[in-house]
Amino acid sequence: MPPRKRITMHDHAAEASLFKRRALFTFACVVILLSILLANLYHLQIISYKDYATRSNDNRIRVVPVAPSRGLIYDRHGKLLAENRPFFSLELIPEKVKDIPKILKELSQIIPITADEQQDFIASLKHHRRFKPLTLKNRLTEEQVALFSVNQHKFPGVAVVAGLKRHYLYNGLITHALGYVGRINDRDQARLRRSEQWKNYAATKDIGKLGIEKFYESLLHGKPGHLEEEVNNRGRTIRTLKSVAPQPGQDIYLTLDLDLQRKAMELLNGRRGSVVAIDPRDGGILALASSPTYDPNLFVHGISSKAYNKLLNSKSRPLINRATQGQYAPASTVKPHLALLGLDEKIITTKTRIWDPGFWQIPGVARKYRDWKRWGHGWVDVRDALIHSCDTFFYDLAYNTGVNKIAQFMEPFGFGKRTGIDIFEESAGIMPSKDWKRLRYNQPWYIGDTISVGIGQGYWTTTPLQLANAAAILANKGRRFTPHLLKSIKNSTSKIDTPIDELAPIELNDPQNWNIVNEAMRDTAHKKRFKDSPYTAAMKTGTAQVISVAQNTRYDADAIAEHFRDNALTIAYAPFENPRIVVAVVLENAGWGGANAGPVAKALLDEYMLRDTLEPLQ
Amino acid sequence: MSSQNHDPNIWQRLHLDLPLLLGILSLMLFGLFVIYSAGGEDLALLERQLVRMGLSLAIMFIVAQINPEVFRRWAFPIYLAGIALLLGVHFFGEINKGAQRWLNLGFMEFQPSELIKLAFPITMAWYISKYPLPPKKRYLAGAGVLLLIPTLLIAKQPDLGTSILVAASGIFVLFLSGMSWAIVGTFVGGILAMLPVLWFFLMHDYQKTRVLTLLDPEKDPLGAGYHIIQSKIAIGSGGPWGKGWLDGTQSQLEFLPERHTDFIFAVIGEEFGLIGSALLLIMYLFVIGRGLVIASQAQTSFARLLAGSITLTFFVYIFVNIGMVSGLLPVVGVPLPLISYGGTSMLTLMTGFGILMSIHTHRRFVDR
Repeated sequence: MPPRKRITMHDHAAEASLFKRRALFTFACVVILLSILLANLYHLQIISYKDYATRSNDNRIRVVPVAPSRGLIYDRHGKLLAENRPFFSLELIPEKVKDIPKILKELSQIIPITADEQQDFIASLKHHRRFKPLTLKNRLTEEQVALFSVNQHKFPGVAVVAGLKRHYLYNGLITHALGYVGRINDRDQARLRRSEQWKNYAATKDIGKLGIEKFYESLLHGKPGHLEEEVNNRGRTIRTLKSVAPQPGQDIYLTLDLDLQRKAMELLNGRRGSVVAIDPRDGGILALASSPTYDPNLFVHGISSKAYNKLLNSKSRPLINRATQGQYAPASTVKPHLALLGLDEKIITTKTRIWDPGFWQIPGVARKYRDWKRWGHGWVDVRDALIHSCDTFFYDLAYNTGVNKIAQFMEPFGFGKRTGIDIFEESAGIMPSKDWKRLRYNQPWYIGDTISVGIGQGYWTTTPLQLANAAAILANKGRRFTPHLLKSIKNSTSKIDTPIDELAPIELNDPQNWNIVNEAMRDTAHKKRFKDSPYTAAMKTGTAQVISVAQNTRYDADAIAEHFRDNALTIAYAPFENPRIVVAVVLENAGWGGANAGPVAKALLDEYMLRDTLEPLQ
Repeated sequence: MSSQNHDPNIWQRLHLDLPLLLGILSLMLFGLFVIYSAGGEDLALLERQLVRMGLSLAIMFIVAQINPEVFRRWAFPIYLAGIALLLGVHFFGEINKGAQRWLNLGFMEFQPSELIKLAFPITMAWYISKYPLPPKKRYLAGAGVLLLIPTLLIAKQPDLGTSILVAASGIFVLFLSGMSWAIVGTFVGGILAMLPVLWFFLMHDYQKTRVLTLLDPEKDPLGAGYHIIQSKIAIGSGGPWGKGWLDGTQSQLEFLPERHTDFIFAVIGEEFGLIGSALLLIMYLFVIGRGLVIASQAQTSFARLLAGSITLTFFVYIFVNIGMVSGLLPVVGVPLPLISYGGTSMLTLMTGFGILMSIHTHRRFVDR
């Protein structure tokens, strides 16, 4: 058979040796190929080891930033103004709950969770990792927390989780000074990135938006810590490898006096207006009140757009900080400064007397500038002119001085420029001059403009803070400080006072002139308002005619009548010999200054001075 | 008992080859440790693998008792049956993970390609050894037909890994039979020439993606490149000494996919480092070497070719798997032999080792 024949043709020895050669060859190939594998492993595990080790750690180690707790804010006596309050939310870990709808139903018998909320929650489960807690309800009351805690054993996988939120203890009382924090928005984020602060905010949700909270954000915020966690491929935390505690923000003490602030707000009583009180010895602001106000806590938890629009569109403009942004004609409250100018520039002397028939005329011009007293004050010297607030005297003085000299003299008193208070919300006011008018309106200056400026009206506007500051300089006889709110910063063990920013004092040609003006103010105070006061005081009131309101408010037909009423102003300080407190009061459209703003100033000084005598400050 | 110790032929009588058995057992033991770690210390998983190993060892033992002549006689009919079953899969098979590989026999699912993996080299060895060696060209043509039918059928399923293994087992038979170098050269050249054809006409999109991914895994780090990137990270981060048993973060934290099956080598690289990987390669080299020794000592061409093919196919498993896991070769579904968790391939491999042992221990009986 052919097959058999072929088999017989096999050469066994030759075939065996051929096979051996081939087998040897293939074995050599196997060794070479295995060496290639080994060489590749050498490349991966030895040469590129560091690279892959790093990538392996990047895979498994997640760095979780931990937010620092925000520094607390106290008043000058250590009374807490802003704190961080724990807030509780109810969270559920989906994978630990077998029947979520059933649990929700049972939970709703303890804590009100509406059917809608339940449905929303179940819907949101789909887009959520099963092992990560999901918030079921925010802002639980303490009662709800207690109620849940008692029943916790019935709800495995559900837990109350605590966080910290800013809380302002006195709601609207100090809003305009403290400001508030709010959720970090895109603009905050961009700003933080620019200042290379963003990495410090990795875990932080809120940032100072206004007032002290914004100005001292860098002090209050602190430094974040972090946790290094080992995670698996789905991001589940397996264990914590390392933990670096955050460094809390620094606690700060303000110059504010809580009781005085409260008194100021009580006196304002919701009326449109502002009160500023300054300690003239160091420029520390004792009270910074702006009314009407609003509750800053609304913004911490995210204000509803409805509530926000209501604040924004309110005719009384609660969002404006009137104390630092409200611009008012100072009216007669700057007459002491004008008198000082006249005396020191020798435009007048204490002997200078003029006849006031109830009006004043520019020489050779028929137009009459009226005094507030229609029948006039008769013969007045500078002291009388201050005590009776004689307009005619100051018309004449301004006419003889000229506006540029007035502007030049008033500049070191802080008129027409920002005081530099440590909040960002501040307006400069206007100290008019010929150049200013040309730049602002491209119009020449008229003599009549100067006459208005002579009684603190016309183009001249100031903020209540500027008024208080200028009054403090007067009371201080030229010593000047930058008004400020920050008193000290708490260190780990002690309080460190922030340095006082004292400016170069105002040097008069004759320092005696300070006394003439201040004594006239003292006599003004004690003539009537402070007649029976147990302490000495000085004051000057003012009544400003209103053409438009402080801010560029739209005219509203219903509001016009009220908005045309005069603004009432007062500056006052006490004690006369060694002033410790200076106040400025502005009441919008309240009418006569002496009758309306005066009692407010008096009540504030009483609060401060009389409390002092009972329980003196050190 | 004592008589066994004194009798040098006890292993001969049991039809077992001690060096090969020790090589296999040490690889299996190593595999158990790695699976325990890779499977997240799952004892049930380990138990299943142990049962599978026991079963495979039993089958190896049974196969070793069978005279190679029996395989030779039955090879072609089994091959034909295998082809028939492959066609059956083609028309009636179940689709699993997008590939048609499984035949549902009612009581169990069965992969006919595994049967072909065994039957085909036997058939090839039978066919080639019928004629004097080195084979004449006309027989090579017949061998080519025998090779192409199952290879293409399996590639069509599609199961690139198995079709490579099947084709390789046939090619090894041809090469070992002494096929002239000219033909080998022509053949290699032909394969190279076929590559573009393969790329443009035969390969599925997912297979092309695998090749492209190999060239640049970082291009699609979360998609196709994920497996390769994570496995290279695992191996590379193992460094020279490894992170230690049970301490591989890539595997323990589940960044590594398929870590107890096809990608188990990455766990070895990560936990045991270059030292562990090299040790594994040496163990494999030992088994391959022993297989080739058995082949060389076999007394018929059929036995030689078959033993050589089985041994070298075992090497192909190793090379393709480790090459894939360490980023040298594209991802193809080939397990790491004797280590990867999983049944079918281990049964097939151990049957092959049974054949090796049978060849080695039946020599005298064949000869006389």
